[in-house]
Formats: sequence, structure tokens, C-alpha cells
Amino acid sequence: MMRRQDLGWWLLILPAFLLMTAFYVAPIAQVLAISFTEPSPGLSNYERLFTSESVQRVILTTLRICILTTALSLLLGYVLSYRIALANPSAQRWWILAVLVPLWISVLVRAFAWVTLLRRQGLVNETLMGAGLITEPLQLVWNEFGIVVGMVHYMVPYAVLPMLASMREIDPRLLAAARGLGASRITIFAKIFLPLSLPGLLAAGVLVFIFSLGFYITPALLGGGKTLMVAEWIGLQILDLLRWGLGTMMATVLVVAILVTLAIFSRLVDMKRVFGGGGA
Amino acid sequence: MMAHRPGLFARGSAWVVALYLLLPISIIIPVSMTDQRFLSLPKEGLSLQHYATVLGSPEWLASIWQSFLIAVVATGIAVAAGTLCAIGCWRVASRSTNLVRALMLLPIIIPSIVYAVGLYRYFAGLDLLDRFMGVAIAHGVTGIPYVVITVSTALAAFDPRLEQAARGMGASLSQTLRWVILPRIAPGILSGAIFAFIHSWDELVIVLFIASRDVFTLPRRIWDGINENLDPAMAAVAVLLVVFTTGLLLLDRALRRRRDG
Repeated sequence: MMRRQDLGWWLLILPAFLLMTAFYVAPIAQVLAISFTEPSPGLSNYERLFTSESVQRVILTTLRICILTTALSLLLGYVLSYRIALANPSAQRWWILAVLVPLWISVLVRAFAWVTLLRRQGLVNETLMGAGLITEPLQLVWNEFGIVVGMVHYMVPYAVLPMLASMREIDPRLLAAARGLGASRITIFAKIFLPLSLPGLLAAGVLVFIFSLGFYITPALLGGGKTLMVAEWIGLQILDLLRWGLGTMMATVLVVAILVTLAIFSRLVDMKRVFGGGGA
Repeated sequence: MMAHRPGLFARGSAWVVALYLLLPISIIIPVSMTDQRFLSLPKEGLSLQHYATVLGSPEWLASIWQSFLIAVVATGIAVAAGTLCAIGCWRVASRSTNLVRALMLLPIIIPSIVYAVGLYRYFAGLDLLDRFMGVAIAHGVTGIPYVVITVSTALAAFDPRLEQAARGMGASLSQTLRWVILPRIAPGILSGAIFAFIHSWDELVIVLFIASRDVFTLPRRIWDGINENLDPAMAAVAVLLVVFTTGLLLLDRALRRRRDG
């Protein structure tokens, strides 16, 4: 219940609450509503989930790319976090900068860099041809390969932050003691470090997976319009085909998928781990 | 006792990952200084002609200026609303403020494509499509989470007894805010402002839906450039952006160090 003396403090919350309701929640609620009312009231848009092959193909492509992206980002992120967590404090600062700089650099700049490198006349193909290793340029971008390379590049920093936070909670004396007692590096890692870092690994997995599901820019630029993921597909339905019902239906499915993933994993991991490290 | 350090394999693979993160971004620097007229590494020598093209182009300059103004207004909205909200939630600290805080995090959790689609229709009704204020409001609202997170972190380190003492000695709520709470959390607010600014400055998905001609931000121009003509001027723009963002991040780090140290 609201206490009387708290009234003033509640007034501080009010502007943000009103802004958020009027300009964030309302437009999104409208998306949910349209998916049930256009072109005709009812569940006809949702029927497409079971009947339309193209809808199913988009969902499967998205899931496949997201799972692959999450697995690779976790692997690379883990390698990086492990190195950072065990580095000495001054080296740690530099390593963390190496993670934070890409995190905050515009996603457009990064996609542009990948296009420069991977396209037909790109630097990778030219170097390989110049060295005589290949005779025909490789198809490295504007396909699923390009999307995954670009997405993993975007997601690794997001994977590092929660993993690093949980690795830092591991008592370094534990590792030193095990070493003193004669355990090998591999044993220390497998028996002590890995189990203690699992909560962070799981939190990072949830974060990367839900961010990947609705990712628009990188798949659109590196997929070249041939491999469609849900976000780009939604954009296409709304902007080019004016099929509001279908587009908003998929948007609703996307939001529900994300919230369900969060709800399932909030029983397993502390959500503060997932969203706590954002700005740090 | 010796601290446990990573082995050779772990060190080596971490370097490989770091190179994967940083190398593709750094490659745009030599490409932007190419002497060729197409996207490639410099052949005969370095040239700044593509920077001159960008900085001499009224279109690019207009987009940069417009993005900057939008980001300033959006940051103002996000900082004002987000800071007050974080303080209120911190002081009341009940089950319902936890819900409010979760509500404030929604823009990070829900994909911007969903919001952009909703806003496209919603703003059409309010006559805010392709308007400066429309984009500024959308960026401001979606910037609130960054401010709420950084300010909440700063408040966690703030001793609530200071606030109680001020109130106990008869300070009003606004006096307490102005003279006791805000000065102590100023570095957190500034961090939040920097992140909210970068958020707006880089935002593209929302802009693709709610702006078309009158509002043509820098990310929008870059997007068109990547899709239509891949020329070295794009690399020059990319380098300028990277320098700008890195500068803001280093500023944030310097502020944090001053606060912590």
C-alpha cells in the first residue's frame, strides 16, 4: 500500500511513467491489437503460423541462426572473459576496453566493415586470390554465413559482460589453492572454474538469444534480402506489402517468444545478472 | 601464494577473439584513406579526399547536425524522466516500484522493430511522422532505461541516512533533491546521459519507420549509402563515427575514474 509520506517520491516517478505509457506501451499495445483485428477480426493471422510455408520458413531460419549465433558468441565470449577474469588488474582495464569499444560502436559501422571485408571484391577475397589460394571469389556475405559472422561479432561483448561479472565472484584463492595442491590447469578449469561460472554463462545465453531474435540491421545488411529473419520480414510486410495483420502477428509472436524465454529462465538465473551489467 | 593465471592456450585464443572484435573495425581506417575511387586499401599513397568529400557535402553535414540536435533533445527527455524515476523508485522501494523499474527496462528487452511498427501507426494519428519532435520523443523514451540503470547504480552507493538527515532537519523534498541527492549522484547521471546520447545518435530502426524526408538522420544516410553506393566516403563517415563514440566512452571512463579514485 502507498504510504502518505511517499506521495512526493511517487510524483518523481510520474513523468517517466506517463511518458512510457503514452509513447511506448500504447504503440506496442496497438501492435498486439492490430494482429487480431486486421484484415478481419479474429485469429486468421495466427492461423498462418500453421498453414503458411513462408511464415514457418522465416521462423525456422530465425531460430537456426539465433541458436548458432548464441552458441558461437558464448564460446568466444567465454574465452575472452576467462582471460580477462584471470588477468592482473591493469591488463584487465585494457581488455575490458577492447570489449566495450565494439559494444558501443554503431552497428551500422560494424556491418559496413564486414561488407568491406567479405564482399566479392572485398579485402578477404582479394587477399586470398592474390595469394593464389583460391581462383574464384568465395561467397562470404549476403547469405547466412555473412549474417552469422556479423551477428556473433555484435553479440560477443553482450556475452562477455554477464559472464565476466560472475567469474569475478569466484574467489581467486580457491584457484591458487587447487594449484598449490597439485591440480593441473585442466582439472582446475573443469572442476572449479567452469561450474562456478555457469550462472553467468546461462545469463549470457539468455541475453544473446533474446537480442538475436529481434535483430534487424545486421541481418538486413549482411543477408542481402535473400535470407530473411523475422525482424526484416516484419519490416517487409509493413513497409512494402502493407500487410499489417501479418506483420503485427509476427511482431506479437516475437514479443511473446522473448517474454516466455525470460520467464522460463528467470526461474534458473537471477535476472539482475542478465540486465545488471549493461552500462558498467 | 601465486595467483592463478591463464595458460598459453587460453591466452592465445583470447587474443584471436579480441582480434576478431577489433580488426574488422580498424580496417575501415586505411580504407577511408585510400587514393582509389572505389572501396579498397590504399595503393599508391594515402589521401584525405574522401574526408573532404564528406565534410564538404551539405547533405552529410545536414544529417550530422540533425542527428546531433535530435540526440540532445532526446538525452534531455531521457535524463530528466529517468533520473527522477530512479530516485523515486530507490526511495520508495516497494513491490510496485520493482514493477515500475521493470517497465522502464522494456525498451531494452522488446526489439525495436516491434516498437517501430507500432509507432509508425501511432504517430500517424498524432501527426508526428517525419517530424523532429516525433523522433526526439521516440529516442528519449527508449533512452530512459540507460539513465535508470546508471542512476540506480549510483544511488545504490548513496547512504540513505543523508537524505533522512536532510529531511529531519526540515529540508523540503525539492531542497533535498537539489542540495543532497543530485550532487552525489551527478557522475551517474552524466554516464546515463552519455549512453542515452549514443543510443539516439546511433538509432536507425525507429527512424526507418517514422521518418522519411524532412528528418534524415546520419544513421539513415549511412544505411542508404551501404545499400546503394559503397564508396570510400562511407568509410570516412564510419571512421568519424568511431572516433566520436570512442571519445564519448573515454570521457565516461575518465569521469568514473575521478569518482572512484
